[in-house]
Amino acid sequence: MKSLILSTCTRMLMPLILILSVFVFWRGHNEPGGGFIGGLLAATAFALVEKAEGLEAAKRALRFRPQSIAAFGLGCALVSGVWGGLQYGYFLKGVWPFITIDAEGNKHGLPFGSIFLFDLGVYFVVLGTVCGILFALEDVVSREADVEED
Amino acid sequence: MAEGISVTTTQAGAGPWRLIPAAAAAAATLWFAGFVAPVSHGEIPQYVLPWVPMLGIDFAFRLDGLSLAFALLICGIGALVFLYAATYFRSDRRLGSLLLTLIAFAISMLGLTVADDAVTLFVFWEGTTVTSWLLVGFDHEREKSRAAALQALLVTGMGGLALLAGLLIMGGMAGTYRLSEMNAMGEMFRASGLYPLIFALVILGCFTKSAQWPFQFWLPGAMAAPTPVSAYLHSATMVKAGVYLMARLTPALGGTDLWIWTLVPVGAFTMILASVWAMRQTDLKLMLAFTTIMGLSVITMLLGVSTPEAAVAAMTFLLVHAFYKAGLFLSVGMIEKGAGSREYPEVAGLAAAMPLTTTVIALAALSMAGAPPFFGFIGKEVIYEAAGHAPVLPLFVAGAALVANALMIGCAGMVAIRPFFFRPRRSPRDMPADPGWGLWLGPAILAALGLFCGLFPGTVDHALVAPMVHAVTGAESPTHLALWHGIGAPLILSLVTFALGGCLYLLLDPIRDRLAAAEPSLPRTEGWYDAALVGIAAIAAALTGALQNGRMTSYLRWTFLTLGALIWLALFVGHGTWPAFTLSREIMDWAIFVIIVVSIVMVLRTHSRLTAITALGGVGSGIAIIFVLYGAIDVAMTQLFVEILVVIFLAIAMVRLPPTGAMPFRVGNALVAAVLGLGVFVVQLSVLGTDLDLFMTVFFEQSSVPSALGHNIVNVILVDFRGFDTMGEISVVVIAGVASIAALRAGRRTLR
Repeated sequence: MKSLILSTCTRMLMPLILILSVFVFWRGHNEPGGGFIGGLLAATAFALVEKAEGLEAAKRALRFRPQSIAAFGLGCALVSGVWGGLQYGYFLKGVWPFITIDAEGNKHGLPFGSIFLFDLGVYFVVLGTVCGILFALEDVVSREADVEED
Repeated sequence: MAEGISVTTTQAGAGPWRLIPAAAAAAATLWFAGFVAPVSHGEIPQYVLPWVPMLGIDFAFRLDGLSLAFALLICGIGALVFLYAATYFRSDRRLGSLLLTLIAFAISMLGLTVADDAVTLFVFWEGTTVTSWLLVGFDHEREKSRAAALQALLVTGMGGLALLAGLLIMGGMAGTYRLSEMNAMGEMFRASGLYPLIFALVILGCFTKSAQWPFQFWLPGAMAAPTPVSAYLHSATMVKAGVYLMARLTPALGGTDLWIWTLVPVGAFTMILASVWAMRQTDLKLMLAFTTIMGLSVITMLLGVSTPEAAVAAMTFLLVHAFYKAGLFLSVGMIEKGAGSREYPEVAGLAAAMPLTTTVIALAALSMAGAPPFFGFIGKEVIYEAAGHAPVLPLFVAGAALVANALMIGCAGMVAIRPFFFRPRRSPRDMPADPGWGLWLGPAILAALGLFCGLFPGTVDHALVAPMVHAVTGAESPTHLALWHGIGAPLILSLVTFALGGCLYLLLDPIRDRLAAAEPSLPRTEGWYDAALVGIAAIAAALTGALQNGRMTSYLRWTFLTLGALIWLALFVGHGTWPAFTLSREIMDWAIFVIIVVSIVMVLRTHSRLTAITALGGVGSGIAIIFVLYGAIDVAMTQLFVEILVVIFLAIAMVRLPPTGAMPFRVGNALVAAVLGLGVFVVQLSVLGTDLDLFMTVFFEQSSVPSALGHNIVNVILVDFRGFDTMGEISVVVIAGVASIAALRAGRRTLR
């Protein structure tokens, strides 16, 4: 059962939500947001597609297997931990290679480093796991429905 | 392409890489051999790598005489066994995994014997347990192998846990985890009231590992392992870990009445039990397994005797046993490869066809029988010598040793004479022949060592035995090994042993048949193991049946009831204060209150699941607004998105369920809900009533920007200050996701 209104809205909303999720993730270190919220937001975008267009469309939109995305996220977090470990001898210690702090304590440079990578890992873990469970659940329920209809 | 390569390698046998482990172990042996001279002059090399300095735990290693002797045995016999295994399993595609596991085992064993830190020792100890489980269960397609591996794992694993507890108590009392420092505090341990407990725990670990009664049964079972594995683990290395630890901790724990009256009787009893059952076996490898138990018991008993002479005997016999037992295990593998069976009734008269095997086995068996001029003879002489000096029951110790040694002679005859001499040739294989050099080299070297050490006892004494004894007793070795001790009690006992042993060998068949006939009616030691296993399984089944009854409502009821009980317990036991409770006058607060109450009433009144779920979402949204009002934007956003997703999830899952109809009011459930809800309410109030310690808040506010370069404290805490927690959480999230997906897919399969 597809709703025309819902699928039309989804087409506009889905990119917006995704952009918003990236935005929320990006600003997360200094403003409300972060990897966890960003990941949840991105997952709602795909949940919306799934509800409006069906499971296959949502899987296509995600492109990768949800489990792979979650595993990739965990990998990012691990790499960031090891990065800190190699740089400073402490696992998960933050490394900011492009930031310098001047005499007044102001920082300059690109805010990218191991913490960013770690947060990115959280983002992908949340996105992948939520989508993975959602898709699997929908898959089971729709097959069950097919069996009943047969 | 890859397919083709694997096929050709399977046919031709593995490439030269298979010899790398043997070469590496040989190199390690040479490296350790370089320490022999300094250690025998009293030097003790140490190496410390900090691990958990806050708890005083380090990767501390110390190479005294005892450790060095074990390191040499492990690497030296390891090299020979790796070579043997590389030949024995040459065309087996599992060779790689076998060698890898063997190496992992060798490293664990080496670490165990050179460790000076109790925790490090325990880690390596468990390493040997796990790797030996893999090795015993190497033929994992056979039910019997798996059962034997599990048995070995459970028995030794249980002992390992006891050992950990014992070592931790010792560490706590001594204030250090260094074994060498603990050993210097022997008086303190022996005088302590905790001594019996420490002793029981440590000895439980040693007895399970070294297969002493009543734990001896796992060792014959572990003969399900391939021959090279048995030769390595079950003769020279793993089973000696328990004996090693007893020797290592003798200065700290040894010499008390409890020590003597436990180790001596248990050792003597296990020794005789094992040697009698060795006579009953027809499988030569199984027979060797029982004689191994006997060998370990001899050392246990001698360590129990606690005199310097006994320490000399224990250490000498340890070396004697390692040489002849590993050699014999490997040789039995040669009989099996060359003649097709290792059951001695099935093979006979092989001497002419397999001259090399015959010679090697004869040399090793002569050492086992204790014939001069072999090392075994010296070993036996010093045992009798030590028995004479035993402070308790010298006659008992000597008598037990005499009986066991005589039975050993019978067993030596069984392995060295029966398959080779005095009978017409008979074997499952038509043309029995000696196996290749890879197989005979190892046992030959070991057998030759038995002869060499017998001919030049002074060298061994100076280089190995004396430093070992020094490590155990802390004093100079009182006796010196020699082939000829002069005419005395030990020599007379030796002669009696030979006579008795000869008779036993001649009576081998009737003894074996009698034992075999009596076996079913005798009590089995592993009875307690089987009963414990059955009992644990029954308890687990009963508990699972009661708790995991498959009804979601039941799970929820128990979970909430437990949670409610805990909360009320905390309320009554703890000392929170009742806060000042004033009604809010803010219109916004009342608006949220109304939203939440209306949603709850809807949840309770509706007959549609979908409505109930959506209404629950309303409750969550109300809470999210509260978070916004109080400035916790991050928490509010998270709460909101989680609510949305939960509604979607539940909607998918529940929309397919049949309509609920009218739900009856259940008093029990209502009570559980009331208990939990009121409990949470009161706890929240009392939390608000306590003075908040702002230490952490201030710390995070002050350090967030300078140390973590972030203004959003919530996020900085999550990804930086408490990043390790988050790492754990996202791992759990991934695991939970994978598990749910797997569970859902499993459900799908049963639907079809």
